[in-house]
Amino acid sequence: MAIFLTKESKVLVQGMTGGEGMKHTRRMLAAGTDVVGGVNPRKAGRTVDFDVPQDVEGLGATPFSVPVFGSVREGIEATGANVTVVFVPPPFAKAAVIEAVDAGIELAVVITEGIPVHDSVAFHAYAKKHGTRIIGPNCPGLISPGQSNAGIIPADIAAKPGRIGLVSKSGTLTYQLMYELREIGFSSAVGIGGDPVVGTTHIDCLAAFEADPDTELIVLIGEIGGDAEERAAAYIADHVTKPVIGYIAGFTAPEGKTMGHAGAIVSGSAGTAEAKKKALEAVGVRVGSTPSETARLVLDRLAVLH
Amino acid sequence: MDLYEHEARELFADHGIAVPEAEVVSLAKEAGPAAERLGGRVVVKAQVKTGGRGKAGGVKFAADAAAAQLTARQILGMDIKGHTVRKVMLARPVDIEAEYYVSFVLDRAAGAFLAIASAEGGMEIEEVAATRPEAVARILVDPAEGVTPAKAAEIAEAAGLPAATAPVIQALYQVLVREDAVLVEVNPLVRTTDGLIIALDGKITLDDNARFRQARWGDTETDPGDDPLEVAAAAKGLNYVKLDGGVGVIGNGAGLVMSTLDVVAGCGAEPANFLDIGGGASAQVMADGLSVILSDPDVKSVFVNVFGGITACDAVAEGIVQALESVQLTKPLVVRLDGNSAARGREILEDRAHPLVQQVTTMDGAARQAAVLANAG
Repeated sequence: MAIFLTKESKVLVQGMTGGEGMKHTRRMLAAGTDVVGGVNPRKAGRTVDFDVPQDVEGLGATPFSVPVFGSVREGIEATGANVTVVFVPPPFAKAAVIEAVDAGIELAVVITEGIPVHDSVAFHAYAKKHGTRIIGPNCPGLISPGQSNAGIIPADIAAKPGRIGLVSKSGTLTYQLMYELREIGFSSAVGIGGDPVVGTTHIDCLAAFEADPDTELIVLIGEIGGDAEERAAAYIADHVTKPVIGYIAGFTAPEGKTMGHAGAIVSGSAGTAEAKKKALEAVGVRVGSTPSETARLVLDRLAVLH
Repeated sequence: MDLYEHEARELFADHGIAVPEAEVVSLAKEAGPAAERLGGRVVVKAQVKTGGRGKAGGVKFAADAAAAQLTARQILGMDIKGHTVRKVMLARPVDIEAEYYVSFVLDRAAGAFLAIASAEGGMEIEEVAATRPEAVARILVDPAEGVTPAKAAEIAEAAGLPAATAPVIQALYQVLVREDAVLVEVNPLVRTTDGLIIALDGKITLDDNARFRQARWGDTETDPGDDPLEVAAAAKGLNYVKLDGGVGVIGNGAGLVMSTLDVVAGCGAEPANFLDIGGGASAQVMADGLSVILSDPDVKSVFVNVFGGITACDAVAEGIVQALESVQLTKPLVVRLDGNSAARGREILEDRAHPLVQQVTTMDGAARQAAVLANAG
């Protein structure tokens, strides 16, 4: 099994016909994702042919020719899609997400970076009210290796199905840890994004991994800014029985400077890496001091379990 | 982006919030005439993007125009927590009867904006919140509904503020939404002896991501105190932060670069900067990033740490080679490439065979090497 995304997931891509959309739709198809359509009101009715390597298994009957729909609703009606991946540029991203929610999509993965926070707040509230799960924005998406890949996580970084569940604020740290733990493999890896307001949180993923029978151990990657990791720690203490290994980035970040991600900023005494590490360690989560040490802690813990 | 007080004041006024009459000057000799126009008696306030101005001597009362000029001369050029005072605002004083606090801040956990209000404004609100949390009202705003007159009245009442502050609270929320701010704060919001509600001081942080729809932000001042390399990097669209150490750090992705800084620090050296070339960076972006770092005299060694996902390591390697052609490399460069097209990237650097460029295969090993080189240099 996996969380949020499985081989049954039927994926639409909003913004598929744009540069990023085309590149990553090809990658998703190559990873075995069931991409059932793109959405672009100006190009509705066309199909887009993708040149995907032939050695990919598990692809459907006509995997390389993807239809473009005029709206998410049309896409869902025609294909039964339940997931959308949003590559729409920031000025139009809010409308794209609201459209997907209105069409009744179950999961919207918002890759777009640089969405104004007022827009994120608006679609976050709207999605919550209508029962749509949002992952992101400003995130790499999620992958359930061997089943489906929704977003921009490179499936070829030796991601194979396995027993680790991973949740991370950072895309590249997700890749780094997946690579270091490639021999074990992952049930799902979820990049929740580095913005101050994200739809799916560390806690949401911890809850889902706890319930997922195929996940044996959870890796939680955090970074400076906000108190999501502290809240995750409190949740772990009360609700998570599976082992959790943590990693936090940003110990050397100075106060008041935004470190790349819109949400990564130490304000006064709030949001420091040290506080997050302490909170996690206080509830029994071992926290690595580097990505490679974190990977070693995972391997050690798994060795004890078996 | 934080605004200066005088910029925040203008936005408040634009949205119908009463503010004291004021003028901004950057030369002391302009302060006298400005004070004259304001009626002689003024408060002279340093314009810096940091708190604690009052305690630092950056806010002073002047009884007449001559005193205002003298005070402006004292305050201009002052250093307040590392910020040089380049402008002062002269404001007509008001007779205060009561001071309040009102702000809207982003509540990350709730994914919505939170109204914070207290009848005890004017002092350290953090301290009030910590010692007597019951004195501070915190009310979440439903983004779909916003702050209606009823909601504003609810916020005022919860904090023990007079009903007359409700329209100001509502207008402040309009500033937040219409100006794409992530923080608006009025401290203190005062009631004058003649019953007016005036925003005496305020702070606004705008959301840089909304620049595309806020045309007039072009008018806001960039802080001239900003590091020149940060300005140069921003002009090239690079995500760069200047730090105090000697190891230049470039990588792809905010999380990985932050992690790289930590690993370098763990090896006993201090990072000189944070530079994220972002996802899918071209050779040009890499070359630009490297030239920014190499122009920093504090840099003793450079660590390029790339885990190629969307970013291709061969493009990164080509960017390094490109930079080597345009800048004279005098500092050692340690490169670690992994992930997408790593083999090809490593080959490109091997073929170039620059004596000051070396490749290390692991992140930890490369960090150690960069630290050793920086400490030796």
